[in-house]
Amino acid sequence: MKEMKIAKNELVSFLDSLISEYKVFAPVKRDGFVVFQEIYSGSEALLVYANSKKPPKEILFPQSEVLFTYRLGGEGLGIEEPTFKDKQMVIFGIRPCDAKSLVILDDIFNSQVYKDVYYIAKREKTLVIAIGCNRPSSTCFCTSLGGGPFSPDGSDLLLVDIDHEYVVQAVTEKGKQFLKKHSEFKKVEEHSLSLMRSVIETAGVLIKSKVETGEIKKKLDVMFDDPFWDWLHEKCLDCAVCTYLCPTCHCFDITDEALDQRGERVRIWDSCAFPMFTLEASGVNPRPTSKERTRQRIMHKFKYFVDNHDMAACVGCGRCIKECPVNLDIRTVLNSILNR
Amino acid sequence: MPDTSVMIRDTAKKLLVEKRVDLIIGFERGTLPLRSTPCFVRRSVEAEKLIWNASCENNLARYLRKRKEKVGIVAKGCDTRSIISLIKEKQVAREQVFIIGVPCHGMIDRRKIEAKLDGREILEADEVSEKVILKGHDFTEIVAKEEFLHNSCNTCNYRNPVIYDVLIGDKVEENRGIDEYGEVKEFEAQSADRRWQSFTNEVSKCIRCYACRNACPLCYCQECFVDSSQPRWIGKTTNLSDTSIFHIVRAFHTAGRCVDCGACDRACPMGIDIRKLTKKIEKDVKELFHYQAGVNLEDVPPLATFNLGDPQEFIK
Repeated sequence: MKEMKIAKNELVSFLDSLISEYKVFAPVKRDGFVVFQEIYSGSEALLVYANSKKPPKEILFPQSEVLFTYRLGGEGLGIEEPTFKDKQMVIFGIRPCDAKSLVILDDIFNSQVYKDVYYIAKREKTLVIAIGCNRPSSTCFCTSLGGGPFSPDGSDLLLVDIDHEYVVQAVTEKGKQFLKKHSEFKKVEEHSLSLMRSVIETAGVLIKSKVETGEIKKKLDVMFDDPFWDWLHEKCLDCAVCTYLCPTCHCFDITDEALDQRGERVRIWDSCAFPMFTLEASGVNPRPTSKERTRQRIMHKFKYFVDNHDMAACVGCGRCIKECPVNLDIRTVLNSILNR
Repeated sequence: MPDTSVMIRDTAKKLLVEKRVDLIIGFERGTLPLRSTPCFVRRSVEAEKLIWNASCENNLARYLRKRKEKVGIVAKGCDTRSIISLIKEKQVAREQVFIIGVPCHGMIDRRKIEAKLDGREILEADEVSEKVILKGHDFTEIVAKEEFLHNSCNTCNYRNPVIYDVLIGDKVEENRGIDEYGEVKEFEAQSADRRWQSFTNEVSKCIRCYACRNACPLCYCQECFVDSSQPRWIGKTTNLSDTSIFHIVRAFHTAGRCVDCGACDRACPMGIDIRKLTKKIEKDVKELFHYQAGVNLEDVPPLATFNLGDPQEFIK
């Protein structure tokens, strides 16, 4: 891994220079919380924050996305597909947990068996610049899921805040090329590198929240009919806070937004918590109650996804913990499973 | 006076042991500071985990419907008002519910405290009478509870349970001298453009997670209009047209039913001021039909009756 550095007071002008060339997304404060948005000036980017309210997955996998538009006219049916002519993109300031979620989404939308042109078109144009977490939150449990406050997975570049400057690690070849191209990145001294190592070490210690996820799948393998599910869902509101704010949840529905003879076919997020999610045309719903739907969320993340992709569909970002209206804490759920 | 939590536990234990109820719905300690979580107690030994504090913000009446067993429920003033509405709407039978009424001093809005701390994370919070002691990585702050209550608590006139089978502790003094509809009046005084702008500012934050609907004890339609696909009443996107329709229709559907418990507001992860609409409608119903939902078991809900003298000036 090759390191460079950039002075903090040069960061805003660096982002400004990027904006002329790339569509740059960064954390900004809006309505009292942090979200990822396209920025038009480097000074808009928020550099000190815990994490965004909504995960940055929506940059690549928006909540509603037009797949194509159609029109029925005199000449028959006309279909217009997106041209994917967007500029190159940079996601700046993403947290390592959310960067790791992109690895998971890549495995869904760009796999051997399925290539999602809408996702891939954006993903291939995207450079991911993460900022590690010097002070993780008490709800962060990334280290339990193979990540960490400075885990490089999913990032092209990873920035380590060492007070007056950032040490920049090039994680991928794309990241290395980017570093070479931009003269703002300077050679880094051993002193800064040693500061970097100590920041990384301290942050690791600050993650106090841990779950032994290694054993979870084995437990879940034989738990489908366990009475555990009879009471787990009891306080769940069946809303989509946890799934919509999850950086890895990726289930969607497809719907037509039509008016007269023209319309849009739209892909929209869907949630396993909703009763409509598996309602079949016959009227039968294989997951008729909250019990089956709550089980599905846990099973999908920690069993089925592991079966299919060899990793859990959770990065330990803690959003579902912070935002659940009834404090149904996934860490408690996982620990209860371990104790079965 | 003994601790409220202890009294709730003792009551719950007694009810379970004497088999007067099969289930107690109450609160237990949550996993985060300033957070309690709903809990369901079926065995008397489990009653030990029941607690009471200023973070018992959820409206547990939401969990009452469709139960076969006899239920004991820990209920604040607003929760008892929801229970009354549910009884009137024949969703719950009075005799099926044992109401453990708890007078309430208002619930803490942790998001208001978080906003004050501006990014500094609360790692520990202790309630000591009227204050909350907040501790973080390198700070300790003491704040007054009453400055950080939920908006619906600030305008609440029913801090004491309206109906109950047992009352825990002494009644508290009701809010005095507050104008419950102060904010609504300010809203009404604005121009239509300003009102629309302020409404759309709020609903543009909506992510259609339906936490507001699902937290609401009175949102119990067998099939919500947003879920219906045949016919489809509303698009599923987060475009302003779709989110506006969702919030407007939901608000109208609570007319004459909403007890302003604030459950929708509290559940919203995006901090949408959902009460802006529901409180306005509540005021209209009160002014036009002299009805307030959930304040007694006798008054007939305005949508369940009609009167030749009903106001109709709004019909043009």
